[in-house]
Amino acid sequence: MTRILKTLLLGSATALALGGAVHAAGLTVGFSQIGSESGWRAAETSVTKQEAEKRGVALKFADAQQKQENQIKAIRGFIAQGVDAIMVAPVVATGWDTVLQEAKDASIPVILLDRGIEGSPDLYMTMVASDQVLEGKVAGEWLVKDVAGKDCNVVELQGTTGSSPAINRKKGFEEAIAGASNIKITRSQTGDFTRAKGKEVMEGFLKAENGGKNICALYAHNDDMAVGAIQAIKEAGLKPGTDIKVVSIDAVPDIFKAMADKEANATVELTPNMAGPAFDALEAFKKDGTVPPKQIITESKLYTQADDPMKVYEEKKGLGY
Amino acid sequence: MMSSRLLPFYATVVICVLAYAVCVFQFPNMLSTRVLGNLLTDNAFLGIAAVGMTFVILSGGIDLSVGSVIGFTGVLIAVLISWYGVHPLAAFFIALVIATAFGAVMGAVIHYLDVPAFIVTLAGMFLARGMAFVITTESIPIKHEFYSTLSGLFVRMPGGGRITFIGGLMVLVFVAGIMLAHFTRFGSYVYAIGGNKVSAELMGVPVARTTIAIYALSGFLSGLAGIVFSLYTSAGYSLSAVGVELDTIAAVVIGGTLLTGGVGLVAGTFVGVIIQGIIQTYIVFDGTLSSWWTKIVVGLLLFAFIALQRLLVVLSARKGSLRGAIP
Repeated sequence: MTRILKTLLLGSATALALGGAVHAAGLTVGFSQIGSESGWRAAETSVTKQEAEKRGVALKFADAQQKQENQIKAIRGFIAQGVDAIMVAPVVATGWDTVLQEAKDASIPVILLDRGIEGSPDLYMTMVASDQVLEGKVAGEWLVKDVAGKDCNVVELQGTTGSSPAINRKKGFEEAIAGASNIKITRSQTGDFTRAKGKEVMEGFLKAENGGKNICALYAHNDDMAVGAIQAIKEAGLKPGTDIKVVSIDAVPDIFKAMADKEANATVELTPNMAGPAFDALEAFKKDGTVPPKQIITESKLYTQADDPMKVYEEKKGLGY
Repeated sequence: MMSSRLLPFYATVVICVLAYAVCVFQFPNMLSTRVLGNLLTDNAFLGIAAVGMTFVILSGGIDLSVGSVIGFTGVLIAVLISWYGVHPLAAFFIALVIATAFGAVMGAVIHYLDVPAFIVTLAGMFLARGMAFVITTESIPIKHEFYSTLSGLFVRMPGGGRITFIGGLMVLVFVAGIMLAHFTRFGSYVYAIGGNKVSAELMGVPVARTTIAIYALSGFLSGLAGIVFSLYTSAGYSLSAVGVELDTIAAVVIGGTLLTGGVGLVAGTFVGVIIQGIIQTYIVFDGTLSSWWTKIVVGLLLFAFIALQRLLVVLSARKGSLRGAIP
């Protein structure tokens, strides 16, 4: 019995020494991801893994399968492991106080990705997220510039009613066109963020607006709805991208294909690279104790047909969208 | 005879120790009081619900409503405390009464209408989850001084580990469950009904009362698990604890309890819960495996245990018939 114990202890000691040597090269970061419910989230996961590899960060990845209890377990596991930092994409906003306090007690910085939490901001170091109002604004500003003073009736495909991206992206777009009296939103309905619903609602818009002749542009709160709507426009005998301008948000690969075919005009990127800025902040913090701002806003980049959409499509294709 | 019936339990203990040893060998950090404390805290709601499930399965039944009752209790407590300003202790009392009554009604339907437990508790599952959604679909934070005190309560172990209130509560529930199963009349009634309902009835076991009590107990413990879950997340959410009933059934079976009833130990269920916790912890420590491996390994273990139990039943039956042939 004692011999077994001794072997076991010896083994543990060797493993400990080895483990120490490996991790000394860089940081060890635990990442608790919500799951892989959408293409964007899958892309976020693969980009996070790529970023970690690029920087020599040992990434411990845990998929929570949409369950908060799994995320809490994973965070506790990371704390027990003694990681250098923890990144969390929280599945719900509530219920993080106890476990994040534990991380704080263990002096492990926590970075929130993509979503915020309710509770004291002392519990996390920073939050990396996009500005949804800005996304809508960038889309609107593009349209204002593109129509250059001509009259333009816009139809809008909203996201899921009441969801925060739908509310904020609508708000941002309206802010951007508020100063341009030539641009009016004539119809606005929810397409539930889905391709099928986007197509269906667009068909209704086209019928209601004189076969589409009264529509100058389509603004969709996400690319999937835009792709569905493009189909509907084509079936109505019009040319999407020319007869009806198409602008949307997210920058998923399929919209780049549509842009390459001149069927879509512009998209605003919701970057899946939330981890990049998070790692930057973490490295700065570990190096000389620079405390990052409580909120890091990712760039809302505009892509148009001029940006070589085929090349972007090839780049994004492999990310798991 | 008895020892061969306990073989699945011994097998579980051996697997648990081996699994932990493998983990420690690969990740020495896992040999810490912190990990041990986490195993108790993180699996507290699962363990408490699994004690109730053990009694149900020992009696030859099944309770599919466990996860929904946990979700419902959590939402109910959150709403009572946050919207109506009820004191948490009063909210706990109300929730436990409702959950216990819910279980008792299911038990009564199962016994008096002679409907399979599977169907009655499936209906109960939809009912409880539906009620949770009707109350609210949002996740409601619970902000109450008493609540944060309770969820922040812990005893520090040497090495930085924590035995939290909910972790300790789970251990207490297991101890109470073991007492109830092995040292009370109710316990022997449960084993008797699970072994053979007809002969239990003939021996004078009050089957009706016991069946109702079993499901009431499962309801009560699911309610308690709901309270623990709400302490764990300091919130109530109608989508929480989906599928937990299946995890508890897995823990009970891996713990060596026969799915057909009559044989098993409450202590085995504890080991079954801890094995699931160890697998999850291992996957987090490894950090590259897909978390779905938890399900795969649990599935394989379940299959192995069911096969082992079947084998033992067949072997003991053969031994019995041999004995009968050669007196």
